[in-house]
Amino acid sequence: MLAMNYRGPFRVRADRNKPYPEILHPNDAIVRVTRSCICGSDLHLYHGLVPDTRVGMTFGHEFTGVVEEVGPGVQKLKVGDHVLVPFNIACGTCPFCKQELYGNCHESNPEATAVGGIFGYSHTAGGYDGGQAEYVRVPYADVGPEVIPAWMDPDDAVLLTDVVPTGYQAAEMGGIKKGDTVVVFGAGPVGIMAAKCSWLFGAGRVIIIDQLDYRLEFARTYAQCEAYNFRSLGDPVLFIKKTTDYFGADVCIDAVGCEAAGSAMQTLTGRKMLLQAGSSTALFWAINAVKKGGIVSVVGVYGPTGNLVPIGNVLNKGLTIRANQASVKRLLPKLISHVQNGYIDPKGIITHRLPLEEVAEAYHIFSQKLDHCIKPVLVPAAA
Amino acid sequence: MENIPEQFAHIKGWGVDADPENEPTYPMKHYTGDDRRRMNYERPPRQTNGIEVLHSNERPGLTAVYGTSSPPSGLSGVIRRFAFRFSEGSFGHWLPLILADRVNMIEGIFDDLRHGFFPNIMAERGWKAEWKYNKKGLAKRALIGALIATAAIVLLSKNKGPKKRQLAASDDDWLHRW
Ligand SMILES: NC(=O)c1ccc[n+]([C@@H]2O[C@H](COP(=O)([O-])OP(=O)(O)OC[C@H]3O[C@@H](n4cnc5c(N)ncnc54)[C@H](O)[C@@H]3O)[C@@H](O)[C@H]2O)c1
Ligand SMILES: [Zn+2]
Ligand SMILES: [Zn+2]
Repeated sequence: MLAMNYRGPFRVRADRNKPYPEILHPNDAIVRVTRSCICGSDLHLYHGLVPDTRVGMTFGHEFTGVVEEVGPGVQKLKVGDHVLVPFNIACGTCPFCKQELYGNCHESNPEATAVGGIFGYSHTAGGYDGGQAEYVRVPYADVGPEVIPAWMDPDDAVLLTDVVPTGYQAAEMGGIKKGDTVVVFGAGPVGIMAAKCSWLFGAGRVIIIDQLDYRLEFARTYAQCEAYNFRSLGDPVLFIKKTTDYFGADVCIDAVGCEAAGSAMQTLTGRKMLLQAGSSTALFWAINAVKKGGIVSVVGVYGPTGNLVPIGNVLNKGLTIRANQASVKRLLPKLISHVQNGYIDPKGIITHRLPLEEVAEAYHIFSQKLDHCIKPVLVPAAA
Repeated sequence: MENIPEQFAHIKGWGVDADPENEPTYPMKHYTGDDRRRMNYERPPRQTNGIEVLHSNERPGLTAVYGTSSPPSGLSGVIRRFAFRFSEGSFGHWLPLILADRVNMIEGIFDDLRHGFFPNIMAERGWKAEWKYNKKGLAKRALIGALIATAAIVLLSKNKGPKKRQLAASDDDWLHRW
């Protein structure tokens, strides 16, 4: 079958000779992919920053598809169902899943205890081939996959597998009170969605920070928020202090993660020399720009080794830091209804639609932020 | 759980300030008390198949399901097996894995060649898109590359010395950008 094939940093291609996935466990399903997005998280893999990313792997954790085959233990899911598949692989029965921490399942990733299983996300997240392919194996098929409601556009559905729940959870973890000033670092798909969702929690003011004007422009209309380019702000922390009467933001959200720009020292030690698990510039700013006793919500992804963050300021300011991979399954019922009510328009962020064959171009466009790209979706010919 | 008070009967005031409302993980976590049972939950049936799967030494064995994408192989596989002797909190675990990834990339090229396939690295890097959307940038980079290469050749042919390093640095930058 046709599938994305990782060959090393910055090198991917679509190959035709990938074997079809097989049922390997009674609760597996095989899904024929209908939509598959590229995520900012995939860029960390693509740039060679995630340890144990093996050559030959197929990426892709944001996909929808039609169930082609189910294992003997599968009861709810039926062949022919069109499903959206949360990016987390979750068993539903371990203590973490039972408490709705579906992003922290203990029965889906042998390679690392700190990370739950994720489709197509290196061996550090379980070694699963992902959805940037014609077919994909979906473990625990009765737990994660959700049948797409008849009224829902498949383009909306595919964004409910990650971006929407992640943006929503970023705002939720911020513990936003009505009237709060929320600052979101990063105007990628996740940050834009976090800004949008902050209003749903009653934010009084939402500010988004990035370095790409076209994304800031997009965020201004899509998320109806203020948007500033940190390249022209000088010191973004000082700017946030000043614009909040020297108080600090009530809530800061890190929607950038380990490839943050903006600090030469962080970029050198984190992204070039790999002495840190990527650069933590955005988290650094978030901690310093939030008020005393404020909340910092982290959804930007960092590697496993460790990062330079001003932990002394966390202590002295009495901050609360909340962070996680999004628990997609927990949030789906609420978010499906938010889409139905028109509170969120997920497909509005899709800017590029490419055939799976052009996966190398798609990665390049998204990675280099060409052609005003916000979110690319790959569509296999068999879809 | 019930015997805890007896167990702590000798501790004056044990539990007087316990406050179930003090639960900062809500609503991310729906606290059920299941954590108390530790790993003694009913596990899903186990996936079986013959491939080699490395597992973190911070757990007793494999998880009930796992991916079968790319089992460890070759020299990179040897390095990966070594890495998994160290726990997830250790650089001894992660740094060898990064090294293995780089070795694996070279193995990948040889593997392609062995299968009679000559990888088109430009195409894999998506240069078609660069040509389509960033002709100016592409031309600029090509020009800078050519200038550096010419300068390096001129300097190197003049005297062998320290300029060699400059070439390596720009090469590295090229690698990171593309
Ligand atoms: N926690 C989760 O469940 C989860 C899920 C999906 C994605 N993520 C992570 O969220 C992050 C963002 O994902 P995305 O798809 O939006 O990626 P993206 O690469 O499209 O967006 C990142 C944005 O951050 C901007 N940026 C860089 N440095 C910055 C800085 N110092 N301050 C402010 N902005 C800066 C970039 O210009 C870019 O627009 C990634 O780290 C990704 O791995 C997490
Ligand atoms: Zn994602
Ligand atoms: Zn679980």
